[in-house]
Amino acid sequence: MSFAALSRIRPLHLLCGLLLATSLSAPAMAQPLHTLTQGDLAWLRRDGFGLDSATLARYERLGRTRFLDEQLAGDDNTLPPAIRRLLDSYTVIDTPPQQLLADFRQRARAVKAMPAGDAKNAAKKALQRYRRSLFLQDAEVEMLHAVYGGNQLKEQMVWFWLNHFSVYAPKGPVGLFAADYEERVIRPHALGKFRDLVMAVLQSPAMLVYLDNARNVKGRTNENYARELMELHTLGVGSGYTQQDVQQLMAILTGAGIAPFAPRGQRMRPGFVRDGLFVFNPNKHDFRDKVFLGHTIEGRGYAEITQAVDLIVKQPACAHFIAREMAEYFVADRPPPALVDAMARTFERSDGDIAAVLRTLFTSPYVTSGYGHKFKDPFRFVVSSMRLAYDGRPIANAQPLVNWVRQMGEAPYGRITPDGWPLDSASWSGSGQMAKRFAVARAIGSGRNRLFDPTDDSAPAHMMPMTPQPPPSIQDSAVFRASLAPQLSAATRKALAQARSPQEWNTYLLSSPDFNER
Amino acid sequence: MNRRQFLLAAAATAAAPMLTFSSRLFAAPPGSPHFLLVFLRGGYDCNNLLVPYGSDFYYASRPTLAIARPDPGNPESAVALDADWGLNPVVRDALLPLWQRRQLAFVPFAGTTDLSRSHFETQDHIERGEPDGMGTDYRSGFLARLSKVLTGVPAIAFTNELPLSFQGAGHDIPNISLRANPRAGFNPRQSAILAGMYKGTPLAAATADGLALPRSLSADLRDEMVRASRGAPGPNNFAMETRRIATLMRDTYRLGFVDVGGWDTHVSQGSTSGGLANNLHNLSAGLAAFADTMGSDWNDTVVVVLSEFGRTFRENGDHGTDHGHGTVHWVLGGKVAGGRLAGEQLAVTQPNLLQNRDYPVLNNYRDTLGGLFRRMWGLNESQLQKVFPRAKPRDLGLV
Repeated sequence: MSFAALSRIRPLHLLCGLLLATSLSAPAMAQPLHTLTQGDLAWLRRDGFGLDSATLARYERLGRTRFLDEQLAGDDNTLPPAIRRLLDSYTVIDTPPQQLLADFRQRARAVKAMPAGDAKNAAKKALQRYRRSLFLQDAEVEMLHAVYGGNQLKEQMVWFWLNHFSVYAPKGPVGLFAADYEERVIRPHALGKFRDLVMAVLQSPAMLVYLDNARNVKGRTNENYARELMELHTLGVGSGYTQQDVQQLMAILTGAGIAPFAPRGQRMRPGFVRDGLFVFNPNKHDFRDKVFLGHTIEGRGYAEITQAVDLIVKQPACAHFIAREMAEYFVADRPPPALVDAMARTFERSDGDIAAVLRTLFTSPYVTSGYGHKFKDPFRFVVSSMRLAYDGRPIANAQPLVNWVRQMGEAPYGRITPDGWPLDSASWSGSGQMAKRFAVARAIGSGRNRLFDPTDDSAPAHMMPMTPQPPPSIQDSAVFRASLAPQLSAATRKALAQARSPQEWNTYLLSSPDFNER
Repeated sequence: MNRRQFLLAAAATAAAPMLTFSSRLFAAPPGSPHFLLVFLRGGYDCNNLLVPYGSDFYYASRPTLAIARPDPGNPESAVALDADWGLNPVVRDALLPLWQRRQLAFVPFAGTTDLSRSHFETQDHIERGEPDGMGTDYRSGFLARLSKVLTGVPAIAFTNELPLSFQGAGHDIPNISLRANPRAGFNPRQSAILAGMYKGTPLAAATADGLALPRSLSADLRDEMVRASRGAPGPNNFAMETRRIATLMRDTYRLGFVDVGGWDTHVSQGSTSGGLANNLHNLSAGLAAFADTMGSDWNDTVVVVLSEFGRTFRENGDHGTDHGHGTVHWVLGGKVAGGRLAGEQLAVTQPNLLQNRDYPVLNNYRDTLGGLFRRMWGLNESQLQKVFPRAKPRDLGLV
């Protein structure tokens, strides 16, 4: 059969007994799949980073309501065992942040103590390499979760909050804390109460260092975090707070930092709070009374912070700001105002319950409005390509994933500025970006990548030998036939028919508007 | 360049046929001026670039960060430009020759009306270039509108993402980062197939341009780099990037944008060494390399360097500075009437600070850039109002 004939479009019916690469999804897939409606597919392409056959099977089995219920309950955090093992092998996962920091400082001190010369320069470089390898691990952890996490709605929210509360790994020791930030700060609260999420972020070493509140102490203040906490994290610029409010919040936040910056040997006075690396040091707190957002906040230490956060998250501006951003992420660059209003109402009514807001969104007919016009950002492009092309097959090396996303300008923990990566389509579809996207599509679709070559920290991945893999057979996969095949445009079908090899076919499919717009 | 030359250039530009990217392997309209905007993201600390050494208040406000008064015996001291202002010595080698040739001017007390002191708000505000209180179009940048007004002036952003400045032009403006050498990824058959899928969609032009650009650029740059490599700048050197940019600006493009990050120095910013000093050195060396590579076209070129805001006049408790307001813009070019400070000025004293914190803005960039563009391309009032609605373009006599 010619290659062009192979690309003939098949009918929408799904086949029984689909062939699957992973043991994990095999039981679910033993059941026959029925026809999914266009509406189901549109809904699913908003609910997850991208479709794979396990997701389709579970949706078929449970129906939309139970499928959504399980996701919102935070269930199904399954990962293929091989991926779990890979994650557990990372230093940033199996070492507590306190120890990572202590270890790094010890290494840095050792280098500093060396006499000047070649040996010292080499040790300096080795330390830099070690630091970069940790940043890389942070990013790989996040990407592996996104590609393989069974609860795709939750995984999207983990990414969304990581982006909303964005931190930049190369700043100071932030990269030592980034995996902890994702695993123990963002993830446990991703579907919980927004207020708890804000507090967890406020107390996280990653954010305390990134936005300098670790250095915001009485007499030597720093307003960086106080400003962004309102502008970017909760209320939005222009929502009515003033420069005075920023300065008052800065005063409220004095003394909230991380332990290594806390004084040693001083008697702890009452009101000292410590939780992991987080410390609230009353000796460094400005105890004057404050007036914040029109309320008097009595100067009494740590409780000022919780009072201020409670005040902030109860502002109607906060509900609207978060609802709008979520709607932009999931639905459209300019989401329907009625949808945003409904989500904001749920936010206010439910005391900022993120799962409840998501339920409003995903049970609204608006959830699929503008379907096919939301252009995937690079992270989603890579993750959804992996899910389609490899359909749950565990990889052995996640470095290429990070390299691809980085080449496309959206590396995890790589945004310098605290506003996070843009969520709109136009930011990712410039001419230079389109060309880069197509190149990455080819790298994913060709099998000429190092996804299945295990690595260690001894050498950069691109210096390791590459074991050539056959290209993934997307064309014959059940997930392609069930999801994309029935919807392909004439132009895309024409392009696919001109492919001269499976590699090329994959490149065109992953580059097509049909795949890149959701 | 004098006004007459610029007007001639403008006439030549207007007469040029409409060019689209797909036919870009042409020489750009002869004599049309070149304009490059360099955006320093993060709010650079202008007070440690252009040092107000005549101000006692400066030294009182920056006990650890101030740069010493000019002193021939001290290589770490400011390089005097006039009786009040000096340069950070880290930019001496790159900028002093330009200053002495009168090819560099500074506009202090420059900036915007946006007082949010937020990076993102202010960067967007500048890139949009819209007046306060007007309905905001979040996806329309002033360089895009300039590009629309200037028919046939090829534009390009030397960035990984199309910056807001260049968004909303209504025609595709290509973007490509030149931090590394571009490489063509697909052969012509594959490129045609890929572009075919997007034909008739809003992304058609971006797709076609994106596929064609690296192919033609890598050919253009290959020759240039062979010639330029005798200078052999390091890989992380901004000068390497600006030499590539200059090659394209000289031969093909007339309107360019590049941004440089890393200026948000809240902590331990240093004075004549350290992070800020390294950045300033790298930036100034890059601009000098740009001027050099432009060759004789440098005489038809204007480069403007700006940043979203200045920083607090006083240093903070962490040997850094926080978000401020007024800043110092730079204007460079072969025929720029430089070697001077342009625009409105104030004495640098505590009472003259805005909110006892930072520089006020006396020279709104919409007005000064408007005045500059008017001279460069001979724009009429209605064209200027399209670029900067409700601005009062002010001529600082720089070109």
